Amino acid sequence: MFTLHRFHGGLHLNAHKEDSSLAPLATAPVPPRLIFPLQQRGGQNAQSLVEVGDHVRKGQVIAQGEGPMNPPIHASSSGVVSAIEPRPLPHPSGLADLAIVIDTDGEDLALEAEARPDYRRLAPDELRRIIFEAGIVGLGGAAFSTAVKTDPGHRAIDTLILNGAECEPYITCDDSLLRNFPLEVLEGARILMRVLGVERCLLGIEDDMPEAIRALRETQQAGDYADIDVVTVPALYPSGGEKQLIRILTGREVPTRGIPADAGVVCQNVGTAAAVYRAVVRGEPLIERIVTVTGQGVKNPGNWLVRIGTPIADLVRYAGGYSGTAERLILGGPMMGIALPSDALPLVKAANCVLVTGRGETTGPKEALPCIRCGACAEVCPVNLLPQQLYWYSRADNLQRAEEYQLADCIECGCCDYVCPSHIPLVQYFRAAKGELVAKQRERSKADHARERFEARQARKEREKQERAEAAQRKKAALAKPDASEIQDAIARAKARKHPLESAPTAPRHERFPHPEVPHPEGEGEQGCSDFHVDESPKAQEPAEN
Amino acid sequence: MLAFLAVCVLFTLFGALLGYSSRRFKVEGDPLADKIDALLPQTQCGQCGFPGCRPYAEAIARGEADINQCPPGGEDGVLALADLLGVEPKPLSGEHGAEKPKSVAVIDETRCIGCTLCIQACPVDAILGAAKLMHTVIAAECTGCELCIAPCPVDCIAMEPVRENLGTWLWPKPDGTR
Amino acid sequence: MRFNTAPAPHLAPTGSTRRIMQWVLLAMAPGIAAQLWQFGPGVLIHLALAVATALLAESAMLRLRAQPSRAGLSDWSAALTAALLAASLPPIAPWWITVFGALFAIVIGKQLYGGLGYNPFNPAMVGYAILLISFPKAMTAWLPPTDIATAHLGLSDAWHAIVNRTGPEGASFDALAMATPLDTLKTQLGLGRTMDEIQSAALFGALAGKGWQWVNLGYLAGGLWLLRRGLIAWQIPAGFLAALGASSLGFFLLEPQSYPTPLFHLLGGATMLGAFFIATDPVTASTTPKGRLIYGALIGSLVFVIRSWGGYPDGVAFAVLLLNLAAPTIDHYTRPRVYGHPR
Repeated sequence: MFTLHRFHGGLHLNAHKEDSSLAPLATAPVPPRLIFPLQQRGGQNAQSLVEVGDHVRKGQVIAQGEGPMNPPIHASSSGVVSAIEPRPLPHPSGLADLAIVIDTDGEDLALEAEARPDYRRLAPDELRRIIFEAGIVGLGGAAFSTAVKTDPGHRAIDTLILNGAECEPYITCDDSLLRNFPLEVLEGARILMRVLGVERCLLGIEDDMPEAIRALRETQQAGDYADIDVVTVPALYPSGGEKQLIRILTGREVPTRGIPADAGVVCQNVGTAAAVYRAVVRGEPLIERIVTVTGQGVKNPGNWLVRIGTPIADLVRYAGGYSGTAERLILGGPMMGIALPSDALPLVKAANCVLVTGRGETTGPKEALPCIRCGACAEVCPVNLLPQQLYWYSRADNLQRAEEYQLADCIECGCCDYVCPSHIPLVQYFRAAKGELVAKQRERSKADHARERFEARQARKEREKQERAEAAQRKKAALAKPDASEIQDAIARAKARKHPLESAPTAPRHERFPHPEVPHPEGEGEQGCSDFHVDESPKAQEPAEN
Repeated sequence: MLAFLAVCVLFTLFGALLGYSSRRFKVEGDPLADKIDALLPQTQCGQCGFPGCRPYAEAIARGEADINQCPPGGEDGVLALADLLGVEPKPLSGEHGAEKPKSVAVIDETRCIGCTLCIQACPVDAILGAAKLMHTVIAAECTGCELCIAPCPVDCIAMEPVRENLGTWLWPKPDGTR
Repeated sequence: MRFNTAPAPHLAPTGSTRRIMQWVLLAMAPGIAAQLWQFGPGVLIHLALAVATALLAESAMLRLRAQPSRAGLSDWSAALTAALLAASLPPIAPWWITVFGALFAIVIGKQLYGGLGYNPFNPAMVGYAILLISFPKAMTAWLPPTDIATAHLGLSDAWHAIVNRTGPEGASFDALAMATPLDTLKTQLGLGRTMDEIQSAALFGALAGKGWQWVNLGYLAGGLWLLRRGLIAWQIPAGFLAALGASSLGFFLLEPQSYPTPLFHLLGGATMLGAFFIATDPVTASTTPKGRLIYGALIGSLVFVIRSWGGYPDGVAFAVLLLNLAAPTIDHYTRPRVYGHPR
């Protein structure tokens, strides 16, 4: 039988899964308006491919990102682009940035999809391209490009892990997916295995999802899925964290600052696997997903198959509206989700749950008392940090010490915060300090880069000056000797030296940061070689005056 | 008496041991100027009165410049320098300028006449263009030193604050100290 | 519609510092009850005096430091400090001893360092140590346990003894006091007596010192309850008792006539109070799992060293204070391996 491993710490939380898992999966209608924020992971904007007034069809690519990290965005229904304007983002920063707004026409006209029922004939690279073009990102919450994650490069992968361990309380969207679409998930797993070239797939699922487990096992028996192991893991928060699940299922650990592929594993959410199946076999891009709507603040909690871009307000309306006591609107779960200020924000690809909490369901304003170093936080920390120490260092902005105590390994799961008897907002301190650390490193590397470029420029100028001086010397020498042939020789030499200078780059090039093509403004080549200026400014002004 | 002598001998012994090990295991560190230079923001703006960060670092190392002459480094930079040099931190000196939000230069390309003056002024080769051709700033390379602003004969270069995005936004500290 | 925003986690926390303090106080009840039974109601008078002084001092200091005094008092930490100090004092110690000790513990030991969470030393033990050093005579004059006592003090007798320094009717005050078993042992061993001779005295019971064994069993029971509730880390008492037991066993086996039995150490003096209630004060103890084991073990061994060869009959207070000093260093070297780091 399968041996499970343990991770340090963790919490047994009141799961609240039945709140939403009892109602059958419902399909949300097309909302009157869809919103697609253009800003993607890392802060860069995708380029809009449509203009205001354009008619778009369901499945049409409306924005394209840069590089494999940013897959395209597709319209999730047909309609007219009514605006491309700054809109608040569903993000704790509350920042606003450009978003494409589509007024739907209700026709739901789709582009013709290219079905590929026999994906076994497609090469891994081709499958990865399809996954990228279908706009698939991790649906577990991180929204990391699936095409990138399934391309581990030189790392040897032996196991694919499908993450169905929905450990955060309240959320049941993966449970609902597994109960309703087990075949899609298992087939998607097959496709991902083919992309990765692995023979083994482990599907981790928490033991408090019996119906999903039954559905999976039944589908497994009906088809031939012996290579996929459905493993039930004990419900313990945060066993659905990628690093924790990898440890539970394989006993391996993702090295610090590394990725799962460094441990020979690629981990995907079950929802992502189903999306991969749809993209490859049915040719459908990622335009809808299952979202849990739950909490005491909504009238009819349940799971909804909803279009990406749907405003949260519409989804709540479909779920019967607010129940009067609605206090907090949380995108995600109660441990790691973000509390949103307004329901006008759209559901993005990573949105797994809309949790509307009623009065008393979540914490009120916390009055922090001094830390008494009881160590309850360290006992529950799933990465075995010492939050009681990190707290002092983070609070005092002692980033060096915080780094020494491995602050960067914090997964921000919230366990320490939840058990702290002094009610200290530990995770908030850690998030702030982690951000500060990353920003410092970024500034540092930017400064180093600027120094490199400055030094390169200095060296280049020095070299040029020297060359000019040498040439002047030679000219002087030539003038001193009245031999005509020598003068001719000197001129010829000077010319010969000038020409390679024109074509060869004069400053060292940096691979990632292309050097500007004209760091060499004097344009000596154009000016002829008889004139050797040491002072560059009057020369440079010439073109402007011409 | 014996105890007194013993203590004296012990102290001498320990002192000798410490002295020996400080010589024997001495760590050859980077020269001071390198360490200082590593803390400077490398904007190369010259606001400190020196032609670049490196010369300023060398001046500090020689004791010829104060630690509070670098506005782009800001108060954080002064603190880091004070920490490194073991001196009291002090506020930025007003005569060298004030700390400003991070900005990059942007060329109004419709007005640029292609004079290449800014290209020569740029200490990190962050401006792209050729004579009589329109220039543009590579935002990722720009250090925000403002050295290109003054030489421009048509005043087509402006400093624009770097906009916060999801990649650069930071969580605030819960006690509001940042 | 506008919603309330706050950062995750959103679930309401389950525990509170005040609860922890209250539970620890409650867990002291069996031990205090045993003291009451064995040594009379003096302990209650000291307890009341100490708590009142500590709360007043805490409130005054918080006001002086311009801190919210209600929030500071509501965490019950001052009361716990006072209770720990009172439980360590001789039942007929003069009233000013308690007042002075509690004042010193709260003002110097705790508030001057920044209040709860910032004090490097266990405040109750700071108070106890200063009393022991300053007033050794008053601090070592205990009562005989109830089995062998000639005079049994009632509440008013105890009050008179503590406040007026007078004995009950017909008895002189000086005749009341008696040394503790640990103290007696030390003196007698110093006089060259063997263990057999010493232990034949009435003061020594079946397990350890008469009276003291019950007090220790009381604190042991309370401590086990704390462990069960997960309010204290098991490593500190385990390390403490294991180290004390092992070192005393070793020496007992080597020289049974010069060293008492391990049981005498484990159930004598302030062992159980120290192991479960004093050394486990989270603010001043080590906080890493391995560190706590080491911290506890070092206290346990130090207690044995002080009891056997030191100048004082018991060593819990000094051992705890010394290890408080070492706790940050212990923590630094016993950091657990973080996920994803080399084993």
